[in-house]
Amino acid sequence: MVAHPFLLRLSAGSRGRCRTMNRDDGVYTLDHAWDCIVGEGTAGSRGSPVSSDDSDEESEEMSEGELEALKEQVEEKKKLIATIRNKPWRMQKRLSVLKEAQDFVERFEGALGKGKGRRLYAFKVMMTKKLIKFNRDFENFKTACIPWEMKIKEVESHFGSSVASYFIFLRWMYGLNLILFGFMFGLVVMPEVLMGLPYGSIPRKTVPRSDQATEMDLSVLLDFGGYCQYSVLFYGYYNSDRTIGVLKFRLPLSYLLTSVGIFGYSLLVVIRMMARNADVGGDGGDDADFTFSWKMFTSWDYLIGNPETADNKYASITTSFKESIVDEQENQKDENIHLRRFCRVSANVLILCSLGGSGYLIYYVVKRSQDFAKMDPSSLSWFEKNEVEFVMSLLGLVCPPLFESIAELEDYHPRIALKWQLGRIFALFLGNLYTFLFALFDEVNGKLEEELSIKNSSEWALSQYYANYSAFYNTTVVPPPNVSPADVIRGPCWETAVGQEFVKLTVSDVEVTFLTILIGDFVRAFIVRFLNYCWCWDLEAGFPSYGEFDISGNVLGLVFNQGMIWMGAFYAPGLIGINVLRLLTSMYFQCWAVMACNVPHERVFKASKSNNFYMGLLLLVLFLSILPVIYTIMTMPPSFDCGPFSGQQKMYDVVMETINQDLPAFMGTIFSYASNPGLIMPAVLLMVLAIYYLNTVSKAYQQANADLKKKMKTARDDEKNRRNNKDSTNQMMKDLEELLPNKSLLPPPFEEDTPSGTHTKQTKTKPGPTGKGVNVEKEVSLAAPNPRRPVTQAPVQRAGPPMNARGAHAEPGRGRGRGGPPRR
Amino acid sequence: MGNKQTIFTAQQLDAYQDCTYFTRKEILRLFYRYRDLAPQLVPLDYTNHPDVKLPYELIGSMPELKDNPFRQRIAEVFSEDGQGNMTLNDFLDMFSVLSEMAPRDLKAYYAFKIYDFNDDDFICKSDLEKTLNKLTRNELTEDEVRMVCEKVIDEADLDNDGRLSLEDFQHMIVRAPDFLRYRNSDT
Repeated sequence: MVAHPFLLRLSAGSRGRCRTMNRDDGVYTLDHAWDCIVGEGTAGSRGSPVSSDDSDEESEEMSEGELEALKEQVEEKKKLIATIRNKPWRMQKRLSVLKEAQDFVERFEGALGKGKGRRLYAFKVMMTKKLIKFNRDFENFKTACIPWEMKIKEVESHFGSSVASYFIFLRWMYGLNLILFGFMFGLVVMPEVLMGLPYGSIPRKTVPRSDQATEMDLSVLLDFGGYCQYSVLFYGYYNSDRTIGVLKFRLPLSYLLTSVGIFGYSLLVVIRMMARNADVGGDGGDDADFTFSWKMFTSWDYLIGNPETADNKYASITTSFKESIVDEQENQKDENIHLRRFCRVSANVLILCSLGGSGYLIYYVVKRSQDFAKMDPSSLSWFEKNEVEFVMSLLGLVCPPLFESIAELEDYHPRIALKWQLGRIFALFLGNLYTFLFALFDEVNGKLEEELSIKNSSEWALSQYYANYSAFYNTTVVPPPNVSPADVIRGPCWETAVGQEFVKLTVSDVEVTFLTILIGDFVRAFIVRFLNYCWCWDLEAGFPSYGEFDISGNVLGLVFNQGMIWMGAFYAPGLIGINVLRLLTSMYFQCWAVMACNVPHERVFKASKSNNFYMGLLLLVLFLSILPVIYTIMTMPPSFDCGPFSGQQKMYDVVMETINQDLPAFMGTIFSYASNPGLIMPAVLLMVLAIYYLNTVSKAYQQANADLKKKMKTARDDEKNRRNNKDSTNQMMKDLEELLPNKSLLPPPFEEDTPSGTHTKQTKTKPGPTGKGVNVEKEVSLAAPNPRRPVTQAPVQRAGPPMNARGAHAEPGRGRGRGGPPRR
Repeated sequence: MGNKQTIFTAQQLDAYQDCTYFTRKEILRLFYRYRDLAPQLVPLDYTNHPDVKLPYELIGSMPELKDNPFRQRIAEVFSEDGQGNMTLNDFLDMFSVLSEMAPRDLKAYYAFKIYDFNDDDFICKSDLEKTLNKLTRNELTEDEVRMVCEKVIDEADLDNDGRLSLEDFQHMIVRAPDFLRYRNSDT
């Protein structure tokens, strides 16, 4: 979320990004390289006839020292060629220097290859060049493959870089989800589809007889029941055979490991992104030091290519300057602090109440939906069936503006208010999600009991069948019951139910987002545009006007959507695929919507200086979504008749089984040792110690950094003092100065340059525009104030360092440390 | 990567790739953009280094630059004659420095030159005033302008000469959070 001073891009076509490799020298053709080898001869000249080769070699044999020096020179030239684009020269100069350096390298590189191993050397050189060319081509190809680059650039030029950064985040999410989908699809879904039993062969893969009448109804399908429920989308479809197919693919193990691996991979990627952003982020605490300078030099976004955006940018820059000016003056303003505190406390209380209220509402609604589930589906209205999702989306829509209006009470600086707002929305989403989860797991417990009873009853039925059969036919070999899979009694399969809930939630979230955009942005823009002709006030300028793109709301929505996907992927492997589709359509839809219906922001206040704020949120959400899944794997017993873990006591038992049966014996003993608490405790302790150590080391580095900065600052201030007021930094000299009669120890001070105003760093109180004294300057510098001495002698023209603006004064000795004491 | 184009020789293209941050394709694209500004002036054959300069008015009307308040200064800084009339070399140079691959220090150097309106290697108060007025389109009052300029000099002027030298400017600008290189998000 950064603006772009000093950055321009061409507005059509792809963007190249291949500048990471070291380019030693240009790419020479193959002939060229061979020329260097073949066309040897005297050092420095090429193309001499081959016949005179030997004699030339002997006579022109270079000494080792010369060879080394030459080699060094060639290396230097090569380095120059590699860094020539970093030099601030004119292109013409660069081109000529480049040509010269390349000629030099060309000439002597061949010569260097003389004597021992020259063929090998030349070959090495040629291979390096080929490698460089290959790298460059590969980078070109890679950048050409980045999707949606043009779209995002277009958005950027209209709306600035903060809006575009949302789309870049969206694209990154899309990439992440695509990879997760690849994992899930390739390792879990495909094997089951290709090598597992087909639909209808076993009970868990067949729609029960009672539901078969409605199995393909659209309403049932949209609810993810019927045929959808008994498909690869959900957990319940997968069979628990240890190995399937010819390849003996271990599906249950793969299911478990993939689910855990998804979290591991996401964690890796998010942390890598954070680390990459971290070194771009804060550079130490010098935040407030250069406010006005930064505003002046870095506020213009050079990527803006649209007059409307430019207008908005001008307006926002002007506003920002005015605000900073007022801020400076406002430090003295001292309002009624008690009133402010009271307002803030009451605002927080209100918000806490609304958060609590929303949590309770969700809990209540989920409980009600459990009751509804027990009733006959046909007697329920659509609203009652989808109540949970509806309520959650509604809360997500209504509460943020509510928080914003309550926050008006607090009267914070906009940046701080934005942070509070984001924090509250985050808390809202989190609370909602977790309440939903708790209610869901409550339901699961109910289902578990139901399952136990069904299991008991089906076992009893089976034993009855065997008893009857053997009694009737008087045999001991009893064929399995000839029951069609659709008629078998089956348990409630709670994992599939949980998966269904997640999928429904995701889908409804998508629907709500799209509807909001359509109505909130498109219809609004439509109305404002066309109703404006016949309305009393100017709709475009006043209420409601066109919408602005809500970056933080959208990013938070994206983050939470991803959290739900992470949670739900274990129970519904197809969920990731649904999410991929959703992100794809979202990209196109939102790009269109933003270009067609939104206007650029008037006021730009970033929530944080680096992208890490949103990445940090993502990381937090990732951790929070791991918890339910880990809890399920470790403690909840799997359903006895559906899913890949049916028949096990706990889900992770597949891993134990694999270790015991498939891996060699010693591995089993290793694992059993490794899971020994006696080993794990020291390992945990070691990690804690390592973290503590790294923390201490980093603190030490920070301290060293701060010390260096301070040292630099004092060195600079000393310079300043040395040039400004020689007679006031050294306290002892000052005392001595008082004692001596004619104060002749120190050279007389510089003449004061009164016309351009004083530059001492005393606290300045200038008469501000409003007439009251404005405390513009921060206190202090290390320099003591200049003692104003009476002017006792006529000003002597001295050619000292021009510290004051005295017109064009091209002094060679200016600059820090080079301006010596002035000549008399 | 066939050498199908006849605008530049292979050596020229390689030299440009070494001297700028652009790939071959980008250089060709830039050439076509340059040419589109004035097709009758710019020949399609640069192998013999024709001396073609496009006047500032054409450069300043490019969509990337036309909304930029500093476009005139940018063109002046990067043009050989200092008036804003750019040859193809200047054009490539400008886009190379302003591209996202260029390092911070290089940008800071050129940024300093851009903001130095009177070309005296210092950003003095009048330069600051001009910058501010261009940024805000003269919307601030004179007092406010004066106050902001004084504040800037107070903040950034380290050697205390009442104006910003290149060192002062660089010291201030490399710490700016907005100035850091744009990072693209990859998986």
